[in-house]
Amino acid sequence: MMNRRFLLRSLGGVACSAAAHPFLSTVTLAQSNGTAPLGDHRLIVVILRGAMDGLDAVQPVGDADFARLRPTLAGGGIDLDGYFALHPELGGLMPMWKAGALGFVHATSTPYRDKRSHFDGQDLLEAGTGMDVAAGAVRDGWLNRMLQAVPGLSAETAYALGRDAQPMLEGPAGARLWTPDVTLDLSAQSRLLLEHVYHDDDLFREAATEAMDLAAMGAPEDAMQEGGNARLSDIDELVTFAAARLQAETRIAAFSLSGWDTHRRQKAAIVTSLRRLQHLFLQLEAGLGPAVWGKTTVLAMTEFGRTAAENGSGGTDHGTGGVMFVAGGAVRGGRVMGQWPGLSEAALYDRRDLMPTSDVRAWAAWAMRGMYGFDRGLLENTVFPGLQMGDDPGLLM
Amino acid sequence: MTNDLHDLSAIRFGTGLPAPGRATTPEAMLAALAGPDLAASAWPGVSREEVTRTYQDAARLRRALRRDPLLRPAYRDATLATQAVQTKGLLVQMARGVGSEDGFRERLVQFWADHFTTEARFRHDVGLTAGMVEHAIRPHVGGRFLDMLAAATLHPAMLIYLDQVQSVGPGSRAGQRRGSGLNENLARELLELHTLGVGSDYAQEDVRQAAELLTGLTADADQGFFFNANFAEPGPETVLGRSYDGEGIAPVLSLLADLAVHPDTARHLARKLVVHFISDIPDEGQIASMADAYLASDGALAPLYAAMFAHPAAFAPTAHKARQPFDFIMATMRALEVPPAEIIGMGRGEARKRIILPMQAMGQAWARPGGPDGWEEDAAAWITPQGMAARINWAMSAPDDLGRRPEPRVFVQTALGNRASERLIWAVNAAQDQREGLGLVLAAPEFNRR
Repeated sequence: MMNRRFLLRSLGGVACSAAAHPFLSTVTLAQSNGTAPLGDHRLIVVILRGAMDGLDAVQPVGDADFARLRPTLAGGGIDLDGYFALHPELGGLMPMWKAGALGFVHATSTPYRDKRSHFDGQDLLEAGTGMDVAAGAVRDGWLNRMLQAVPGLSAETAYALGRDAQPMLEGPAGARLWTPDVTLDLSAQSRLLLEHVYHDDDLFREAATEAMDLAAMGAPEDAMQEGGNARLSDIDELVTFAAARLQAETRIAAFSLSGWDTHRRQKAAIVTSLRRLQHLFLQLEAGLGPAVWGKTTVLAMTEFGRTAAENGSGGTDHGTGGVMFVAGGAVRGGRVMGQWPGLSEAALYDRRDLMPTSDVRAWAAWAMRGMYGFDRGLLENTVFPGLQMGDDPGLLM
Repeated sequence: MTNDLHDLSAIRFGTGLPAPGRATTPEAMLAALAGPDLAASAWPGVSREEVTRTYQDAARLRRALRRDPLLRPAYRDATLATQAVQTKGLLVQMARGVGSEDGFRERLVQFWADHFTTEARFRHDVGLTAGMVEHAIRPHVGGRFLDMLAAATLHPAMLIYLDQVQSVGPGSRAGQRRGSGLNENLARELLELHTLGVGSDYAQEDVRQAAELLTGLTADADQGFFFNANFAEPGPETVLGRSYDGEGIAPVLSLLADLAVHPDTARHLARKLVVHFISDIPDEGQIASMADAYLASDGALAPLYAAMFAHPAAFAPTAHKARQPFDFIMATMRALEVPPAEIIGMGRGEARKRIILPMQAMGQAWARPGGPDGWEEDAAAWITPQGMAARINWAMSAPDDLGRRPEPRVFVQTALGNRASERLIWAVNAAQDQREGLGLVLAAPEFNRR
C-alpha cells in the first residue's frame, strides 16, 4: 500500500513537449549536486488574487481626503510613519516593520488599465506583459522567463505552492508545483498496466506518472487539522514544505492567496485574508530562520487596487493603483515607498481610483537585478517586455 | 453515420456510452433538442415552490435569530432544507445525463449553467443556483439566447451573487437619502462574461452606464425578483453609443436585446462552445461560421449548434478535451448502467461519499467554481497529478462501491465502443482481477477524454 499526502509536479508550458522537459520523467526530491547558479538569495512572490484593497491595508490617514472617501472603513489603523497606518488586523507584522524587514510600495500597479477584470488583470500580472500584448499571446510567466535566462538550473530551483495554478512560473524552464492532501493506493501490477494504458497520451502519461512516483515514495506524518484554524493551518503546511526547500537548493517560491474581492461589507470580509497574509509572512520568517530570511525578498502583489471611495454596500469595487508588500531580511524596509499621488478628485485615476505612480514590475525587476545581478536589458526586454525600469529605487539592502 | 462516429459523438457531444439508438447524428441531436424535454418529465428537478419556500424559511429564521437565539435549531433545520435543494439539483442533473436519450441537451444545460455561473453567498440561499439552472437556463438551451440571458440576469441567484441587490443609483431616491452607491459587478460581468467578451471594444464608462441602467433590479426572499424604483438611477444611460431610457425593466431588456445580437457576443458564444465541446485551441473558421449563423437567425441557438456540427473539426477523430469531474462520474454511472432512480434516491450522506467528495478530490468542488467565469476548460487544468490520483482512485473503487460488477472485457466495449485503444484492450485482458480490469477502463485516457 502506498500513500502520499502531497503531490509534486513539474510545471510545463502548454506548447512544450516532453522531450524539452528533462525533469518530467524523473520527479524526485533528490538534490542536484551542482553549484547554485542563482547564488544565495531567495525570491518569494505571493499573488493576492481578487484585488487587495491597498488603501485599507496601508491607510493614508495623513491624506485629508481619506476619511471622506472611506466613512466606515477608515480608522483604527496602527501608525507606521505618521502619514500611513497599517490595518489593525496586520498588527502582528509590526515587529517585522520595526526591524526594517517589512515595507510597502504604495500607489503601484501593473500596466493593466480600465477593464478592471480579475481574470485579465491576473493574466497580465503573471505574464508580466503590458497592455500592448494581446491577452493569451504570451504563454509563459515572468518568473519562468527569468529562470530560462539561467542555464544549468535544476527543477528544484523553483516551486509553486498550493492548489491554484501559478501561471507566473509556467513555461519551458523546469519548475515544480507542490500540493498537499492527495492519496493514491495502487498495487505494483496495477501501476504497470496503467503505464501501458497511458503510454501514448502525453498529458495523461505525465500527470499519472508523477502521481504514481510520488505515491511510491512513502507518506510523511499526517498534518491534517480541523476547525476554524483550517485556513491558517493550510498555510502552515505549505510554508513548512517551502521553508525546507528554500533552506536547501530552492531559490524561487510562488504562493497565491485569494479572497480579496471585497465588494460588500469589507470591514468583516477582508479580515480572514489579512490574517492569512500576516500568517504567511510570519511563518516564512520563522520557518526560514535568521540566516536564510536575511537573504530573502518577499513580494506580495495583486492584479489591481480598488476604488478610492467606498461603494454603497460598505465595500469597494475594482480599481487601479494599489499596494505591494515587500518583506524579508534582504529588503530595506520600515518605509512606505513610491510616490504618493493624493486622493483629491483631480488626483485620482479616472476620478475614481488611486493613481498608479509606478509599475509594479519595475520593483520586481530591481529586486531581481539586486539579488541575482541580471542585466537590465534582459529584464526590460525578456522578463518584462516593454518595461522601463527607471532609476534604482533602493529596494534592497 | 458509422459506428465510429456514433460512439465519438455520444462521448463528445453527449453524456457517454452506451447509447444504443440514441441521438448522435447532428440532425438527430438537433431534432431531439427541438422536441419536448423528455428527461425533465422523466426525472423532475427542483420545483419553483420548493426553491422559494426553503429560501424564505431559512432567510426569515436567520433574521429572527438575531432577536431570539433559541431559534438556532430551527434555523439549522431550515438550512438543511436549502442544502437538500442544492443536492437534489446535483443528483437530478446527474441522473438525467445517465438516463437520457438526448445527451446533447444535458451537456448544453451544464454548458450554459457554467456560462451563467452563480455561487451562493449564505447557507439560506444555497438552493437558488439549482433553481436558476432548472427554471432560467434549461428551458432556453434550444431557444433564443436573449430569453436565457434575460431569465438569468433577472434571477435572484444572479442578482445576489453579483451584488446587484446592493447597487443603488446615486441620484435615486434611496441613493440621495442614504448615501448608498452603485455596485458595478453585474454590469461588468454582463459585458465581459455573459455577452460581448473581454476582448470586445467597450470602455469603463460603458460598464458604469450599464451599472446605472441596471439599478432597480433587485431580489429578496419574500418577493423573489422585483424592480425597486427607489433604487433606480433617473435619466437615460448610454451604453456602446446607444441611449436607453424609460421606466421599470423595459430599458434593461432593450440593452439585453441589443447585447444578445451584438457581433462580439456571437463570436464570444461561438468560441466558448467550440472550446467546451471540441478543442482548447479552437478553429477560427469554425467560430466565424457559427457566429454568422447565429446573427443570421437573430440570436437563435439551434443554428449556432448546427454550424458547429457542420464544421469538419466537430467529428475529427482525436479527442482533445478532458471530461470534467462531474462528466467523468456521470459517464461512469452511465457505463455501469446505474439506474437514474438510484442516483436521485441517494441521501445527502451517500451523495457526498459517492459523488461530491470524489469530484472535489478531482478538482471540482460542486457549486464552488470560485468565480463568475466558471470552471476551467483547458484539459491540462484537470489532468494534473493530483487530479489523476483522484480519478484513478475513483476508477478502481467506483464499480464495487456502486455494486456493479460487469465483466471487464465486455465493459470496455460498453463504455468505449470503437473508441477503446488496442493498448487498453490488451491491458484489460492482462488485468489480475475484475476490480483492476474495470478500473483500467475508467482510468484510461479514452474514457477521460472526449
